[in-house]
Amino acid sequence: MNGFWQSRRIPLSWLLLTRQPARLAVALAGISFAGILMFMQLGFRDGLFDASVTVHKLFDADLVLMSPRTMSSIGMAGFPRRRLVQALADPQVKDTTPVHWNLLLWRNPQTRATRSILAIGYEPTDPLFLDPSLRSKAEVLNQEGRVLFDSLSRPEFGPIAEWFRQGKVVETEVDGKRVRVGGLVELGPSFGADGNLITSDETFLRLRPNTPPGSIELGLIRLVPGSEPAVVAQRLRKQLPKDVAVYTKKEFEEFEKNYWRSSTAIGFIFTLGAAMGFVVGCVIVYQILYSDVSDHLPEYATLMAMGYRLSGLLGVVAREGLLLAVLGYVPAWLAGQGLYALIRSGTKLPVAMDSQRSLLVFMMILVMCMASAGLAMRKLADADPAEIF
Amino acid sequence: MVGAPSSRTPLHLGGPEKNAPGPTVAVQHLSHWYGKGEMRRQVLQGVDLVIDPGEVVLLTGPSGCGKTTLLTLIGALRQVMEGSVRVFGQELCGSSRAQRQELRQGIGMIFQGHNLLRCLTAEQNVQMGSDLLPSLSYRARRDQAREWLRAVGLADHLNKLPHDLSGGQKQRVAIARALAARPRLLLADEPTAALDKQTGREVVDLLKRLARDQGCAVLMVTHDPRILDVADRLVQMEDGRLWQADASGGSMVEYGES
Repeated sequence: MNGFWQSRRIPLSWLLLTRQPARLAVALAGISFAGILMFMQLGFRDGLFDASVTVHKLFDADLVLMSPRTMSSIGMAGFPRRRLVQALADPQVKDTTPVHWNLLLWRNPQTRATRSILAIGYEPTDPLFLDPSLRSKAEVLNQEGRVLFDSLSRPEFGPIAEWFRQGKVVETEVDGKRVRVGGLVELGPSFGADGNLITSDETFLRLRPNTPPGSIELGLIRLVPGSEPAVVAQRLRKQLPKDVAVYTKKEFEEFEKNYWRSSTAIGFIFTLGAAMGFVVGCVIVYQILYSDVSDHLPEYATLMAMGYRLSGLLGVVAREGLLLAVLGYVPAWLAGQGLYALIRSGTKLPVAMDSQRSLLVFMMILVMCMASAGLAMRKLADADPAEIF
Repeated sequence: MVGAPSSRTPLHLGGPEKNAPGPTVAVQHLSHWYGKGEMRRQVLQGVDLVIDPGEVVLLTGPSGCGKTTLLTLIGALRQVMEGSVRVFGQELCGSSRAQRQELRQGIGMIFQGHNLLRCLTAEQNVQMGSDLLPSLSYRARRDQAREWLRAVGLADHLNKLPHDLSGGQKQRVAIARALAARPRLLLADEPTAALDKQTGREVVDLLKRLARDQGCAVLMVTHDPRILDVADRLVQMEDGRLWQADASGGSMVEYGES
């Protein structure tokens, strides 16, 4: 006989849980609820941070120049376009794209209400995004007053994509100037902007006539293949004047995420929400396990009188906690998937069930159940076998 | 219902694990107190008692005279304060918690209430007893549990939960559970208290027969005058002292002084 058959015992923890289906259901509902709460809060938090760089991720750039006064994408400061030309002097730099970036007021052509939209202006012949399909669509931008509208923008901007696909001429106002939608792109709303539009730098300057000449908000730099972005960035930082900041593309995204994480209450609020879920779960599991131990106290005492070790009985409670964690996690995970789908369709935020968050929530549920089991175990010390005669 | 224990089934469950030479239980000058300070009350006053292997001893006496206390002390459930209690030759006075817990594995206990685990079936309850035998495989332990239930006449009730069993049936499961751990000493506290006359009689007869088959000593506390005749020896307790009653139940001699 092998070790398993030797050491196999009656699965007491399992039977203690499953012979009281009503209580088990309440326990699992509680744990799942806590798990769903954590999934939702953490999902929102990560989704919002990810969403803050939906457009950032699309840029075709190895390095990015920004003004050092820029704190986030919702308040971009300008810097001299010359710096980009200076950067070209570096042998590793292949080419550059100067980009205008600002939030402008878009008038919904249906309701006439205005709403701020992120406008990106660039020279249509330059590369802008990694996605090559923009290149052909951008030709229309050579006509003044034409914009490419982001079809993933929130519906508050009006049924632009729908009208455009129907072949209508879609015209509206941006910052009080007339524009016509010349095509559709798919970028996605970000945290700072509910919608996006792309236009030529000429049109952009017409929409924002007060922009100082030669001033841009973003400078995209592409390097010759095989060069190390971090090294070139370091070199450019030394060579260029202090009125411009150099980031690698990764740093550029982190910079934006970090703004939302540290300069706003959003990260704190959602982390707190997840912590609340954790605490609620702890209370529920503790209640369940504590009353379970209390109810079975004479039985535990009987087992001790029979010669079972206290440590063995503690193991029974611990396994109950473990079972509750695993059984409660599964519905929480499934419900989390459903909720994320709901969030995606409702808010267009890029929230998905990733393995890291799945693991994190599982660990939290596990800690929650085991901590509660640990607390409930103290009640076991009350099981005095001498009292049962 | 299940017939009287006349339907003897042969048991091949193995006897006790090699009896230590000498008596199973030897109690000398045992005294015990409850409470502290002014409230301190003596419940046992210099008790002496010897139980030999295979002997069935019945302990009677008015309630509150210390019978259950004596039982818990012999059962290694309480710390011995004064005097000496030796079970299987091992001294309990000054023993550690772990030593007592280990010793208890050799002692079967049957309680007034059956104290079965409500979430386990009859078979699983008995197996909680045989699970204490580490040398057997799971299958062997389960087969043994079934064998014991058959021996107590509950072969048809293996998969019933305790609340589906009658009082007598539950007490029989408790007996099977206590014996499944192959104890060398069985302690029973009023096992018939919750049973009617006939069932009580059956349970006690069964208990005695199975214990005897196993060579297991029995110390049974009872108030029930109808079952006194199963005893090899009758001991009476009053005010914390033991008296030995002779078989006729007539005159009494203070136990241990004879």
